[in-house]
Amino acid sequence: MFGNLTWEAFRHDTIQSMAVISMVFGGIGIAALLFYLKRWKWLWKEWLTSVDPKRIGIMYMVVVLVMFCKGFSDALLLRMQQAFSVGDSQGLLEPGHFQEIFSAHGTTMIFFVGMGIVFGLANLIVPLQIGARDVAYPFLNALGFWLFAMAAILSLVSLGIGHFSTAGWLAYPPLSGLEYSPGEGVDYWIWMVQIAGVGSTISGINFLATILKMRCPGMTLKKMPIFVWSILCCMVMVIFAFPILTATLYMLTLDRYLGMHFFTAGGGGNFMMYVNLIWAWGHPEVYILIFPAFGTFSEVVATFSEKRIFGYLSMVWALIIIAVLSFIVWLHHFFTMGAGPEVNAFFAVMTMVIAIPTGVKIFNWLFTKFRGRVHFSSPMLWFFAFLLNFTVAGMTGVLLSAPPVDYQVHNSLFLIAHFHGMVIGGVLFGFFSAFTYWFPKFTGLVLDEKLNKYAFWCWFSGFLLAFMPLYMLGFMGATRRLNHYDATTGWHPLFVLAAVGALIIFFGACIQVYGLYSTLKNRSKHRDRTGDPWNGRTLEWSTASPPPIYNFAIIPTVNQLDPVWAMKRDEAPRPVCHYEDIHLPINTAIPLYMGILALIFGFAMTWHIGWLSIVSFIGIVTLLILRLSGHDEHDVMTVAEVKKIEAARGSYG
Amino acid sequence: MDKSFVIRHTVEAHPDLSIPDPHQDAFVRTTLGFWMYLMTDCLIFASLFITYAVLHHETFGGPSSRELFELKLPFAETMALLLSSVSCGFAILASLKNKKNKIIGWLIVAFLFGAAFVGMELHEFNGLLQQGHSWRKSAFLSSFFTLVGTHGLHVSIGLLWMLVMMAQVFRNGVTLFTFRRLVIFGMFWHFLDLVWIFIFTFVYLIGVL
Repeated sequence: MFGNLTWEAFRHDTIQSMAVISMVFGGIGIAALLFYLKRWKWLWKEWLTSVDPKRIGIMYMVVVLVMFCKGFSDALLLRMQQAFSVGDSQGLLEPGHFQEIFSAHGTTMIFFVGMGIVFGLANLIVPLQIGARDVAYPFLNALGFWLFAMAAILSLVSLGIGHFSTAGWLAYPPLSGLEYSPGEGVDYWIWMVQIAGVGSTISGINFLATILKMRCPGMTLKKMPIFVWSILCCMVMVIFAFPILTATLYMLTLDRYLGMHFFTAGGGGNFMMYVNLIWAWGHPEVYILIFPAFGTFSEVVATFSEKRIFGYLSMVWALIIIAVLSFIVWLHHFFTMGAGPEVNAFFAVMTMVIAIPTGVKIFNWLFTKFRGRVHFSSPMLWFFAFLLNFTVAGMTGVLLSAPPVDYQVHNSLFLIAHFHGMVIGGVLFGFFSAFTYWFPKFTGLVLDEKLNKYAFWCWFSGFLLAFMPLYMLGFMGATRRLNHYDATTGWHPLFVLAAVGALIIFFGACIQVYGLYSTLKNRSKHRDRTGDPWNGRTLEWSTASPPPIYNFAIIPTVNQLDPVWAMKRDEAPRPVCHYEDIHLPINTAIPLYMGILALIFGFAMTWHIGWLSIVSFIGIVTLLILRLSGHDEHDVMTVAEVKKIEAARGSYG
Repeated sequence: MDKSFVIRHTVEAHPDLSIPDPHQDAFVRTTLGFWMYLMTDCLIFASLFITYAVLHHETFGGPSSRELFELKLPFAETMALLLSSVSCGFAILASLKNKKNKIIGWLIVAFLFGAAFVGMELHEFNGLLQQGHSWRKSAFLSSFFTLVGTHGLHVSIGLLWMLVMMAQVFRNGVTLFTFRRLVIFGMFWHFLDLVWIFIFTFVYLIGVL
């Protein structure tokens, strides 16, 4: 009846039990609050069943926030463990729990925070920047989100029921095979990543088609904002990389469930095949994460320098070249496989070549500021911090790309410091910049600038303090994933320093949350009525904040890269007010139901509950057939309604 | 459904009646998106092909492809799938002329050939299992069963889809929606043909050498 699920799965150590209890009570509290405020119906109608990309984008942000709290708690626990677990002290965590935590930290941050940021930003910004009212496939967009969100929930479920994988965030076999990981952990990992991955592929197709097909009149590819270009290249990578992940996990699943021998140590299997395949996805994946940050900084730097982006075409080509190269460097993640000098040399050179287009981007941002009117507002501060961190981490990356060096520091903390420089200094700082920059667009409120700056300085200094010691520790021979080390190594002070850095980051994150709260609370003080608080350049700043459901009452026509900037300087004609009926897709609950069934399916497969897997799978297929037998219906918003909304806002621009 | 649509739909950007904005053309958008989906599916198969290429000598003391495979059955499977594809093509041609019964007739033919393909594949798998050559025996057999079986799974999904399309055409005739769906189903079905040609070449033809 319940497969492998027994009462034993609900027993945990103290730390985990506390986390589970607080999570359960938090959930109950939120549900109760919604009942108390009588907001369930509102939540259902306006949000959960919505196909509006702006709403879906905000829901991505909520999931990202929740998952970031989880991933960050993991990180703090890891830092505390390594700061205390020296010599005779064993620290706070048992070895098994420690392994679960580092596996969960990576999985959460990459799949549920990083990917959530990518698709959240794409949902929020892309339709507005290309002057569209909607995305190409609103239904698929919602489905992609719900698969992502439910996979995230599956990872929260794994916290309370059973154990998470102990095989690291990429679950290398043979450790992740049935022989060495017989429990439910790896199965949880497989299904959450598989479900989220399918969601990503679906969303990738949606946004590629959106950008190719839905741009407003006059917006040729060469007049697209760089952010849209970055998402375009990003989605091409998603479409090419994620199927490899799906296939790889599929084979690992067959190994574990049907006793196949793809990646097993015996039976003729080849586990290096898994490592090759997973990095054939994994390397493009890191560029998938960073591209929206590149796009964001291109917008932010141009806006806050009051200057057109320098070297637009070279920016675009740099993106394209990086996207292509990202598929032929995967082997640099395991030079130590020993593929031989020729193979390693090829991948080393290809890796170093990537530094060239990346350098082009860095210089273009610098030249954009040159003779511009630079404003030191907080989105720009994140850019400066990014510039430093990304260059340092990029240079250590080039160092790592030389096989002889890589053999020395492979899997050491040097590597950890390198890629955290990329994902925190790059992806996360880029996201914070984007968050501050576009927050007014979607709420009509400008975030408290003073608190932003406090938070920024905490993050920046905390980051340096937390990760610079790791470079040194790497050189001193500290490997990653250590739950205990000897006092004679002399590593202790540096680990303590790193923990202090993590605490400062934590403080910065608290200020951010408080800043968000205080901005929402003192709404009247932070209100922006213009819809264009930063003197913006691209189309999203020409509509109201928050934008009406149809984005643009009149579909804009553009003839240059910075249409709104030109319009404000009377260099481009203002649109003629000629309203028309607007067709909008109708909300639907099917994506949500399909997501829930996917969650049940993943859970049932993890615990080998046969009947439940079959029932939920049939449910998904039935819903799909149901959807494919209907008609895509549209709501029509009449001219009168549009006029009313637009009149409330005042004149155009 | 008016006749003018049937003629116009072949013109590159036919205005979709449900959306007034001509540059937001649902027909072109859907087919484009489906091409992209086929691309992703193609990459899944590519991964399985690569794995098969790497592992197909890893027989772990068991039989190799030369001892196991023969060409008669796969050739018959190839013919069945190709004929199914042709029939599906005829069904789509019939939909251009708005001939409901003809569409359903050709779809039934395509379905039968497709079902014959799946039947033959299951027969082959069953034979291997009877002789004790299961996927548990070696990496070669794992990758063989997975590659060929995944294709078979796709064909089976296609058969289910075909049933749904028959029901839709039967109930609604040729509409904007059923026509669009027939076209993308056709793309899917031809795509599976193409994948099978590669399987026939790389797995069976090279396998018996």
